Amino acid sequence: MRVIFKNSYDNDINLFEDRVHLLKYAVLLLAALVMPWVISAFYVGELTSVLIWSLAGLGLMLIAGHTGQVSLGHAAFMAIGAFSHLALMLRGWPFVPALIASGVITGLAGALIARPLGRMSGIYLAIATLALSIIIEDVAIVATPITGGIAGLFAPPIEFFGLMIDRYGTPRAFYYLCLTVLIIVTLGYANLLRSPTGRSFLAVRDSEVSARALGVNVPRAKTVSFALSCAITGLAGALYAHQAQAVNYESFLVLISITLLLQVVVGGLGSMHGAFFGAFVVVLLPQTISMARSFINTNTPFNLGAYPGMDTAVFALIILLMIIYEPRGIYGIWIRLRTWLELFPLYRKGMFRRTRTYLKTERMR
Amino acid sequence: MDILQLLISGIANGCIYGLLALGFVLIYKATEAVNFAQGDMLMLGAFLGITVINSNYMDMPFLAGLIAAAVVMGIFGYLLDRLVLRGIFGQPQFAMVILTIALGFLLRFFAGVTWGYDPISLESPFAGRILELGGLTIPMVDAVIIVATVLLTTSLYFFFARTRLGVAMQACSQNQMAAYYMGIPVKRVNAIVWALSGVVAAIAGVLFAAKGAIEPSTGLIFGIKAFAAAVIGGLGSLPGALAGGLLVGVVEPFASRYLPSGFGPIAPYALMLMVLVLRPGGLFAQIKQKKV
Amino acid sequence: MSLLQVEGLSIHFGGVKAVDNISFTVEPGEVFTIVGPNGAGKSTIFNLISRLYEPTAGRIVFDGRDITRLPAHDIAGIGIARTFQNIELFDHSSVLQNLLIGRHSRRRTRWYEDMLFLPKVRRAEREDRRIVEEVIDFLELAAYRDKLIAGLPYGVRKLVEIARALSSEPKLILLDEPASGLSVEETIDMAWWIEDMQKDLGLTVLMVEHDMSLVSRVSTRVLAVAEGKALALGTSAEVQADPRVIEAYLGKQENHE
Repeated sequence: MRVIFKNSYDNDINLFEDRVHLLKYAVLLLAALVMPWVISAFYVGELTSVLIWSLAGLGLMLIAGHTGQVSLGHAAFMAIGAFSHLALMLRGWPFVPALIASGVITGLAGALIARPLGRMSGIYLAIATLALSIIIEDVAIVATPITGGIAGLFAPPIEFFGLMIDRYGTPRAFYYLCLTVLIIVTLGYANLLRSPTGRSFLAVRDSEVSARALGVNVPRAKTVSFALSCAITGLAGALYAHQAQAVNYESFLVLISITLLLQVVVGGLGSMHGAFFGAFVVVLLPQTISMARSFINTNTPFNLGAYPGMDTAVFALIILLMIIYEPRGIYGIWIRLRTWLELFPLYRKGMFRRTRTYLKTERMR
Repeated sequence: MDILQLLISGIANGCIYGLLALGFVLIYKATEAVNFAQGDMLMLGAFLGITVINSNYMDMPFLAGLIAAAVVMGIFGYLLDRLVLRGIFGQPQFAMVILTIALGFLLRFFAGVTWGYDPISLESPFAGRILELGGLTIPMVDAVIIVATVLLTTSLYFFFARTRLGVAMQACSQNQMAAYYMGIPVKRVNAIVWALSGVVAAIAGVLFAAKGAIEPSTGLIFGIKAFAAAVIGGLGSLPGALAGGLLVGVVEPFASRYLPSGFGPIAPYALMLMVLVLRPGGLFAQIKQKKV
Repeated sequence: MSLLQVEGLSIHFGGVKAVDNISFTVEPGEVFTIVGPNGAGKSTIFNLISRLYEPTAGRIVFDGRDITRLPAHDIAGIGIARTFQNIELFDHSSVLQNLLIGRHSRRRTRWYEDMLFLPKVRRAEREDRRIVEEVIDFLELAAYRDKLIAGLPYGVRKLVEIARALSSEPKLILLDEPASGLSVEETIDMAWWIEDMQKDLGLTVLMVEHDMSLVSRVSTRVLAVAEGKALALGTSAEVQADPRVIEAYLGKQENHE
């Protein structure tokens, strides 16, 4: 077990508490940079999907995991991001300004609806955002000039300082593009969390009344958090449009909203790591299942039919077991595993026992 | 006449939404949990009814199918609480939301594997038959749905007002801890509430399948719409749920008829958002500030 | 000049007069305690002063400024901090994080500056940290600095909540039943902390408390309330001897048959 000797307040303020910590993330970054040269083009595409869904997950994590406002409608903001980005690019905007603008537009849209939504709490907010997601599906059909109606929009190729980036033509370049956006957002997110703004979000999550008494303007904090969350998700939507090459009203169904929430839950609500872990599960699970199935079909006497929706069902089963046995998600398992390794052989079984809250009613009466 | 016709069809639809919303509210009041799989329980109940009634399956009378579906879904609800949900008793509300969403996925998958993904209708004795009532032509199905809803809600009302178990459930919904101290077996009451809401969902499902076709994914959107109805009524109120259901049921056909195309399907959600913004607790709720 | 003046303060919930025309003043440097039976409206007075409730009538003046209509989130900024009867800490954060949130009313950076973590944010963080460490020293919480709230014993949580209030550098601190749920030893410790806050930090304390041993030990003045009305004001001994107060607690003599 490592013990860190702190000799300055900066130990706690810095993003990385010591060199070892920094080194770990440097290795991780290096691995992410080298990866596309090691794996096949198909898996580069899958990995790019992981990056994009991590980005979307980060967006949802900010509002749901760190501000405690559960949104069941974040696909709506992916849609706003994707459509505004493509609409701008098709009107001749270059990629980078269009991407930034799509983030800003989605953020503003989020800020606009955050006020009325901010008055709701818990389950009411979840259902209101769910309704929003359903409404956006229809708006995507009706608002033809921006969204291309039922046919949708095709993503133009990205021109980046004379370099043409295309998901199929140059998968590695597109991968690095997504990685860059993800890293920038991740750093901004981490900065928020170690500063007063992030702490005010946590305060709103854990106790609104004491947040107010401590000087947090709760409606404002919710609005800022919601807007930033939407902006991040909007960026993910814009990148997703390029990844999918074409988007229409069916690209951002309400099921995507629900899956996105399940993603951050399975990854671990309330930690940035969770968004990444969750994205790996969501993107790589279908692939893993089909590989497992063909393995069973060829190597055992059993023959599993190809049930449609099998991957969603397995995903749902994982969620079910996770909620019952480890509500903190994969991040919780990761923390336990790490502690076990660090303390070996001193780990005790009850170290992470959860305290249950029988009395804390969420019904406000 | 046209308007009256639309109204009656809307009320019949609204009755089903109302019944489903009733299931939401039952569970919410008793356990503070929101069951996102309620629509899928309706779907499952409908398929069970079809299995018992339709001629290519068991070919039994309508009433037998209704009762069988209600009993099976009641047992399902009870076992669900005993075997799965009790594992997270005492955890925040949010855990239950996620759990029931996942459960909905599993139920949909199960239904798809068992009954296929093509829409199936229930062969009811009143399919295609019409009631003539002073110039109005009411489909027999609609009349049956409305009558069944009235009967079911009246019996539920007497159950809550008059029976020991009903009063115990009311006590639990007011204050779980106090009910527990007064000797009410809270956990058992919870299980029975889940059973009851399974029964209500099954009845709503069979009635719905008699009116229109059902497929595994019907439950999702249907459930969300009924949830909207429950929220419009205020999640804590049983009459509110029914009223909200009727409102949603009536608004839908009128919006599709009189609003520009594309706005019809979103009318119930727009209505719900409006109610939530203007009265965050729903039309019938009395939200109070948290005490500190 | 008085630090806090409450004039004719009333709040009605429906037909219930939870607080009915109550007036008092709190002088700088004193420990002013409100006592009364359950449901007398003591916590409601606190919630009115911290602006969580909207008064039906009356005026609250703090430090020469009328705060009757000030938004609740500006109360900490003008120098009023509070604790809660049923501990409202941020359970999933460490003690240090909780105290740093206590500094929120003194923040000088905006969200976009935070997101870029500009040098001024780092400077502000260091300054906040320095003050929080002083509070940790003062209340001897160093052993718990990096512990999560969820795992702390009840008595320590009570203290952390006071520490969080102190982190905002208040002039007036409102303590809502600081000794409730504490053991006899912990209550004696709490009396020491309150005396230290008053004498060493020069704080003014407004307190609601049931434990009369604590009340008589630390209070400069005591106000007794019952059914939303003020009954008696004076030293702890005077108030305890007041026949109206005894009646409010025990009921009229002839009612005991």
